Amino acid sequence: MSFQVDEQGYYGNFGGAFIPEMLYPNVEELRSRYLDIIADPVFQAEYDALLKDFVGRPTPLFKAERLSAKYNTKIYLKREDLCHTGAHKVNNTVGQILVAKRLGKNKIVAETGAGQHGVATATVCALMGMECIVYMGAIDIERQAPNVARMRMLGAQVVAAKSGSQTLKDATNEAMRHWINHPVDTHYIIGSVVGPHPYPDMVARFQSIISAEIRTQLQEKEGRDYPDYVIACVGGGSNAAGAFYHFLDEPRTALIAAEAAGKGVNSGHSAATTFLGKSGVLHGSKSLLMQTEDGQVIEPYSISAGLDYPGIGPMHAHLFESGRGKFYGITDEEALVAAVECSQLEGIIPALETAHALAVFEKLQAKPNEIVVVNLSGRGDKDLATYQNRLKLND
Amino acid sequence: MTKMNRISALFSKAKEPILNVYTTAGYPHFEDTMTVLTALQEGGVDIIEIGMPYSDPVADGETIQQSNQASLDQGMSVAHLFTQLKDLRQTITVPVLLMGYINPVLQYGVEAFCAKCAAIGIDGLILPDLPMAEYEREYKAIFEAHGLFNIFLITPQTTDERIRHIDSVSKGFIYMVSSASTTGAKTGISSDQETYFERIASMNLQNPRLIGFGISDHSSFMKASKNASGAIIGSAFVKLIGQATDLRAEIVDFVQSIKGKK
Ligand SMILES: Cc1ncc(COP(=O)(O)O)c(C=O)c1O
Repeated sequence: MSFQVDEQGYYGNFGGAFIPEMLYPNVEELRSRYLDIIADPVFQAEYDALLKDFVGRPTPLFKAERLSAKYNTKIYLKREDLCHTGAHKVNNTVGQILVAKRLGKNKIVAETGAGQHGVATATVCALMGMECIVYMGAIDIERQAPNVARMRMLGAQVVAAKSGSQTLKDATNEAMRHWINHPVDTHYIIGSVVGPHPYPDMVARFQSIISAEIRTQLQEKEGRDYPDYVIACVGGGSNAAGAFYHFLDEPRTALIAAEAAGKGVNSGHSAATTFLGKSGVLHGSKSLLMQTEDGQVIEPYSISAGLDYPGIGPMHAHLFESGRGKFYGITDEEALVAAVECSQLEGIIPALETAHALAVFEKLQAKPNEIVVVNLSGRGDKDLATYQNRLKLND
Repeated sequence: MTKMNRISALFSKAKEPILNVYTTAGYPHFEDTMTVLTALQEGGVDIIEIGMPYSDPVADGETIQQSNQASLDQGMSVAHLFTQLKDLRQTITVPVLLMGYINPVLQYGVEAFCAKCAAIGIDGLILPDLPMAEYEREYKAIFEAHGLFNIFLITPQTTDERIRHIDSVSKGFIYMVSSASTTGAKTGISSDQETYFERIASMNLQNPRLIGFGISDHSSFMKASKNASGAIIGSAFVKLIGQATDLRAEIVDFVQSIKGKK
């Protein structure tokens, strides 16, 4: 079975490009050109140089000794939190801004949930001298205030999405509407492996550097180039897609995804799409989607803004449906416990999104000689207000 | 198909510009759907487009978004809408289109949805996020079996080649979006837009065209109709009914004033 996108833009039953005609010329231009653009050696050289000198890649693969001891297995942390701007998101924005330049665009629009993708977009726009407008849910603007300030400091315009649940889904709607209204000069940098084809594949390719490095680094450290498990959190699924990418066809590696179960999968306050969703169309692709019987999108809930999304990328829907990926629902509480544990055992404060991946150790029961790689997708600075509040750090 | 689709019949006999008005189902109030349709017909509308509300209407601007949400908040769904429309053809004789996003249709079931539309007397569908390639691959046969026209959109950015292809798979009319925008984003018609209208008019397409987006009054309606068979009004109408105190009278008045009959 293939886990790559096919000619029609599908992963199994999921994917496609369900877009209004207004977006067709832009998406079609991207679809017909992205593979050639990415394959161009000049592009590759520019992309590699920026990842090295601007982002700070390769990121370390760190053996987490105290976590390993606690769970009696070999745990490695892939340190995407050490990327410039503090999360994996920048791998994608560096790639897409170079694509945008080659498409002759001089303005960028983006959506953001946690603000990490917004910051990563604002950062590359500053670097390349492009105008940047970021849509962010009004609720997220509040709960991720430091990132809003960072985007503005970088010269981006941050616009509040006030419709619906006022979170990532609505920010994405607004970004798409902005693109419809500015089709000629603007490129839309989607922040995850969602959206119409070719976005899921393009973003996965830009994030695939994560698993490419894991392979090389594991070879050096363990004498084999694959782990027994790769664990990553899934909002839209870009850090997971990147961490899984080079292991998709490696049967010895189990692919483990952590979704946000909020207050509990069946609490009515959750974002655990594979547990609660069924096939549907949102933001330009067919995938698993949390929705009512009538096909209205359900407003999800998670303590983590970056996972507070009612869908997942079509690649992940296919991994789920085919059984290739295993999905866990992690509650707010479990994520908070895992965040404290990683902070206090390893000296690394993770992002709330990442904490969901770290909470999987508890459930995994890996064997002592097995190798577990968890993608540490981002650092927790942006979440300090939530941590202070929920963990009573100031009392 | 036994009889001629009402849309084809209309275009083949129309002598004056055709007015198509969009209204959101269940808006301003849940039970208003049939009242609005009846008043539109009384005012002299030529085609009615009923919006099936959706939680995430990405091609729509604020006015239509808010009407969608207001309708959903009052409990509207595809199933409820079908119930409200069950006696549609006892009063409404003009062609009726359903407009909406693909996901609610998928959840209802494409086959069941089309069968229901045919039973009620719906003439066609406008599903902006159903792409042409997908339509041809998976939906066309089902739509056609139920005598439903699928109305495609074109925009100023659509290439001539694609317009020709859309023309070849279209039935009824082609929905010409007047500018690159979401609904309700702009009002009035600029000279650039007129150039675009003329360019399309000179392509001699086999299907007639209606122009939508930015049409709000008699003057923009007439301007658009110079280079097409007529025009479509959405946001301006939804805004009106959202504020109306005498729904029926204000709708009749609005339609008549757009058509210059007042
Ligand atoms: C640190 C971090 N991890 C994960 C995510 C979730 O996104 P994705 O599922 O695309 O990796 C986000 C999104 O904002 C994030 O900031």
